[in-house]
Amino acid sequence: MKPDLSTGLGPLRLTNPVILAAGTCGWGLELASYLPLDRLGALTTKSLTLEPWPGNSPPRLAETPAGMLNAVGLQNPGVDYFVTRVWPELKRYSVPVIASIGGRSADEYAAVARRLNRAAEGLAALEINISCPNVKAGGLAFGSHPDTAASVVEAVRRETSLPLLVKLAPMTADPVGVARAVVAAGADALTVANTIPGMAIDIEKRRPRLGNTVGGLSGPAVRPVILRLVWEIAGALPETPIVGLGGIFTAEDALEYLLAGARALGIGTATLVNPRAAIEVLEGLTEYCRTHNISRLADLVGAARGQHPEGHP
Amino acid sequence: MVVPTRGRVVEHRALGRGGYYLLLEAPQVAATAQPGQFVHLRVSETYDPLLRRPFSLHEVDRAAGRIAVLYRVRGRGTSGLANRQPGEYLDLLGPLGRGFPTPQAGTSALLVGGGTGVAPLYFLATELKRWGVGAHLLLGAATADELWRLSAFEGLGLPLEVATEDGSLGMRGRVTDLLPDRLGSSPTQVFAAGPWPMLRRVADWAAEAGIPAFVSLEQVMACGTGLCLGCAVPVVGGYVRACSEGPVFAAEEVLWDEA
Repeated sequence: MKPDLSTGLGPLRLTNPVILAAGTCGWGLELASYLPLDRLGALTTKSLTLEPWPGNSPPRLAETPAGMLNAVGLQNPGVDYFVTRVWPELKRYSVPVIASIGGRSADEYAAVARRLNRAAEGLAALEINISCPNVKAGGLAFGSHPDTAASVVEAVRRETSLPLLVKLAPMTADPVGVARAVVAAGADALTVANTIPGMAIDIEKRRPRLGNTVGGLSGPAVRPVILRLVWEIAGALPETPIVGLGGIFTAEDALEYLLAGARALGIGTATLVNPRAAIEVLEGLTEYCRTHNISRLADLVGAARGQHPEGHP
Repeated sequence: MVVPTRGRVVEHRALGRGGYYLLLEAPQVAATAQPGQFVHLRVSETYDPLLRRPFSLHEVDRAAGRIAVLYRVRGRGTSGLANRQPGEYLDLLGPLGRGFPTPQAGTSALLVGGGTGVAPLYFLATELKRWGVGAHLLLGAATADELWRLSAFEGLGLPLEVATEDGSLGMRGRVTDLLPDRLGSSPTQVFAAGPWPMLRRVADWAAEAGIPAFVSLEQVMACGTGLCLGCAVPVVGGYVRACSEGPVFAAEEVLWDEA
């Protein structure tokens, strides 16, 4: 029997929990020759801003043990380009599309949301990126504090009735506080989490290896850290759907996140190494259900926590 | 559907001074490969090193379904790759990227390669011959032992000049020091590959000579498939991707001062 892999992120229903993460799948279209997009749970666009953003000076990448640092800096051609040039092509696919949005002010986030709400009919949801470590204004500056994070979410919430995901920063003083604040401000689900701020230094040149000096760490190296963050937030906010995102390369990795309490799974850096990673994770989840006689994958969500939603003592 | 494929190692040998020649059986790649394109190899089956490594196609035998790359051992990725034995399989993606433009038959090209930059020029030279385009090769390295595959280049039967920085073979100096002599031979285009400073000198020379130059740029890369915007190259109008809009660029488009 085919297992039921469906999941829900508040009002957003997905046929399966595997989501391509923002910034690691282009517009999705670039991957269409590598995997059947329509079999995925959803895909997330790179972050869109009101005006085009040029991105950071190279080098933008540095490989680190079992991971990588990136400092792309939200390079994107702006929301109008997306609406007029990308969306007409992307909407032909049946895969739900989540548009990631960024900005330098709450007003700018709201303006991007307004434009998408009017001009990109058929979008499945918006993901508010308040956690990019690679931009000087906006990004992480909003995601670090409950009040500023909530102000962005409130501003976007006023512009759209689309389901809203908020992508959290992993290294803030009070991630649970930020999570509570954005949910109170109208977020339907949380994406946990963005990259971890980090850096690397070239010992021959005696300079930082990234043009931006600091970047965001991703890949298998971050998985235990983000898994624990999912555990914490899922324990504190058991009713709030979470997309677990951090170093998922295989179905086994994905299952750890589900068992910790995530209801969906973001595939990010894995796609950069293997463009078929998301479909392989999906196939592996199906196989796990078959070999373990699980008819509904959703039954596994939070199962590692035992009887107590806040987790084992 | 393009799927990551596996290439069987047919031959893998050291060329001296950390250089390697790697011949793979990869018919799907060989069938459509164009000069200047690259393959993206997984150098490890573990997560460390994590990312693929891009290598320009050095040699393509479509009939035999084989491709070769040249590389220099520089870090942990290429060190691991150097241990792979004939008969083993490597996970690879490709051919990727935009290669050198195809010149008109009857024109002539100057090919300039420095260090590992000689790699794509061999494949390019074989195709130019096939297309009826004249080719003149300038190759450079630090020392004679690093002028990899020189006998293969010589076997093409094309005019060839070499320069080594230590003077151990050919002219003493850099490959770009061979450039001024070529103004008389009236090439209609220049194709170059190598380190950025060398390519910049080629670009300046070509601009002065009034002929178009196309350069294959080396840039740190993650996905190789256009997803991550990591391999940014500054060009007129903003950053573009070395893996998708390149790795070959018209030299006049590149903003050399911002790189």
